[in-house]
Amino acid sequence: MLVKFFFELRKGGVPVTLTEFLTLLEGLRAGVAWASAQEFYYLARTTLVKDERHYDRFDRVFAEIFNGAQKLFEEIVANVPAEWLQALAARTLSEEEKRKVEALGGWEKLLETLRKRLAEQKERHQGGNKWIGTQGTSPFGAYGYNPEGIRVGQSGSRNRRAVKVWDQREYRNFDDTVALGTRNMKLALRKLRKFAREGAQDQLDLDGTIDATARNAGLLDLKLVAERRNAVKVLLFLDVGGSMDDHIRVCEELFSAARSEFKHLQYFYFHNFLYESVWKDNRRRLAQVTPVAQILRTYGHDYRVIFVGDATMSPYEITQPGGSVEHWNKEAGAVWMGRMTATYPRLVWLNPEKRDRWEYTASVRITRELVDDRMFPVTIQGLDAAIGALRRPLGGARPGSQPGGELNPGHEPSPAY
Amino acid sequence: MTERFAGTDRYIATDDLMMAVNAAVTLGRPLLIKGEPGTGKTQLAQEIARALGKPMFEWHVKSTSKAQQGLYEYDAVSRLRDSQLGDARVHDIANYILKGSLWQAFESEVQPVLLIDEIDKADIEFPNDLLRELDRMEFYVYETRQLVKARNRPIIVITSNNEKELPDAFLRRCFFHYIRFPDEATMARIVEVHYPGLKKELLAEALGAFFQVRDTPGLKKKPSTSELLDWIKLLVAEDIDPAVLRSQDAKKTLPILHGALLKNEQDVHLFEQLVFLNRRVR
Repeated sequence: MLVKFFFELRKGGVPVTLTEFLTLLEGLRAGVAWASAQEFYYLARTTLVKDERHYDRFDRVFAEIFNGAQKLFEEIVANVPAEWLQALAARTLSEEEKRKVEALGGWEKLLETLRKRLAEQKERHQGGNKWIGTQGTSPFGAYGYNPEGIRVGQSGSRNRRAVKVWDQREYRNFDDTVALGTRNMKLALRKLRKFAREGAQDQLDLDGTIDATARNAGLLDLKLVAERRNAVKVLLFLDVGGSMDDHIRVCEELFSAARSEFKHLQYFYFHNFLYESVWKDNRRRLAQVTPVAQILRTYGHDYRVIFVGDATMSPYEITQPGGSVEHWNKEAGAVWMGRMTATYPRLVWLNPEKRDRWEYTASVRITRELVDDRMFPVTIQGLDAAIGALRRPLGGARPGSQPGGELNPGHEPSPAY
Repeated sequence: MTERFAGTDRYIATDDLMMAVNAAVTLGRPLLIKGEPGTGKTQLAQEIARALGKPMFEWHVKSTSKAQQGLYEYDAVSRLRDSQLGDARVHDIANYILKGSLWQAFESEVQPVLLIDEIDKADIEFPNDLLRELDRMEFYVYETRQLVKARNRPIIVITSNNEKELPDAFLRRCFFHYIRFPDEATMARIVEVHYPGLKKELLAEALGAFFQVRDTPGLKKKPSTSELLDWIKLLVAEDIDPAVLRSQDAKKTLPILHGALLKNEQDVHLFEQLVFLNRRVR
């Protein structure tokens, strides 16, 4: 049954390894969990699951496999030989508890009553689920179902609450397919870190100094290095207004996470799609714009580019000159996007819209093609995948090698880039 | 069979936490603890040490920490200085080996508790560098050619705030427990051990108000257990009448002394707005 459990867990998406499974067996043999489905559940969870995001999957598999296992445990306990219980209890009960036991008429009487009680409760349990419920005030609660004696003096409500923890699925929120908060985003973005020593050399390089001194026959030769800094450079483009209103919160969180994570971060806003200009301040978006051509000139191709937008609009807004809903754009958005992907080989598009809805929107499909399918949902998994795409080393694509966009071959690139 | 941990008079442990601790102690595996900030991760190690009567060693990890620092450090600079000054100690390299927390724990006469706090703060390779040490409970000092072995396998508690993913190889060697945020009943017990004899009414009102604040959608930093305890301390110190809290309960104004609960001006602002909306509706 346990082997089946192991394989079901793996099938259910919990990454369990053989070592962990053997640890669980070792724990069972050492008597950490004894004759209670609940204790077994806790032990199995603490040994097999190493991430709270997998708690929910674990709970589901556990419920499936061990439904009815509690009954099995009861039968085992009811048939336990008396000496065994006595030995176990003697080992785990304190002197005071033992005196209490004596006061109740000694071991023989106690065991007899216990058996009776067990039989009663078994019957009752088949009718309902109050198996542990009656135990709270009973003197046998001290060690009745759990000869290890840890439930001494605990209130009844606690046990009842815990009977089927795995059915409550309290860890549903931690599953990593749900959308994420700032902290999770920071975590995901952090993977993009690349430390490099840049700037002024103001730190003592101990190893270098020792090495140099040794080579220098013991005369001090100080070596200095620059401080390690996160050298990743990021351009962030955020869609504002219109259909993005539903996603303001997630974008805010992404933005604040990105701001605190990257020293070299430039951010710009756009509306619906990228055209010839973007802006840095939403209140003065008409007065102070930054031409995209200037961005392409200013920031080197080692910058990583993240677009955030739902890419939901009329397809003409992407493919046609003059398609923008706000102004007359001389060149189609697709052309500008083409220049973007040509200059910045490491570019991703994060879409806060749910992935299963992407297929139904033509503009999302077009955008996906434009960014070489590097569109990802804003979930932990999606962000991880996006960061993976951003981390890949620079390939052969160099700025200027693919001017304009492939979608519009007739276009002549202007000489500025 | 070793003693069992069942919480202490200052620390309320849930059933699953007790199981995790006892399993880790019995099988001699490190226990990795995660959870929201303020749910008592660090305190757990101290309470295990106290409950089982064991000495405690702490290793607080920072972003600049190296795994080596927990084992030992070779103070090359002191030795270099001494050599230039002609100090006699310079001839024995052992004089310049500084023992780290792990070494100290390994040397303990009785089984110690070792806390490795906030392991996620360190570099991503940090946990990997400790694999053998945690597995075999031994390490090698190259400078003095000496093998350090644990006299008694320490009970190791590792905490993480989840800022970095920990490597699989490391996780496989640990037991894992996620301290979830306590429900209202557990919370009442926690408050009871910290402020015994607190007026029942005040406690009920305070808990009600607290969970209401926590449930406010959109808070940047949800108040945690430790913040609740601070808040109650203030309420007790100011001798607040439960009736005052109850009027807060109706969301009419900000909860009294809210500074202990809300740690972010945007959150205070958000809460004020909600309160304002609520008042208009009424």
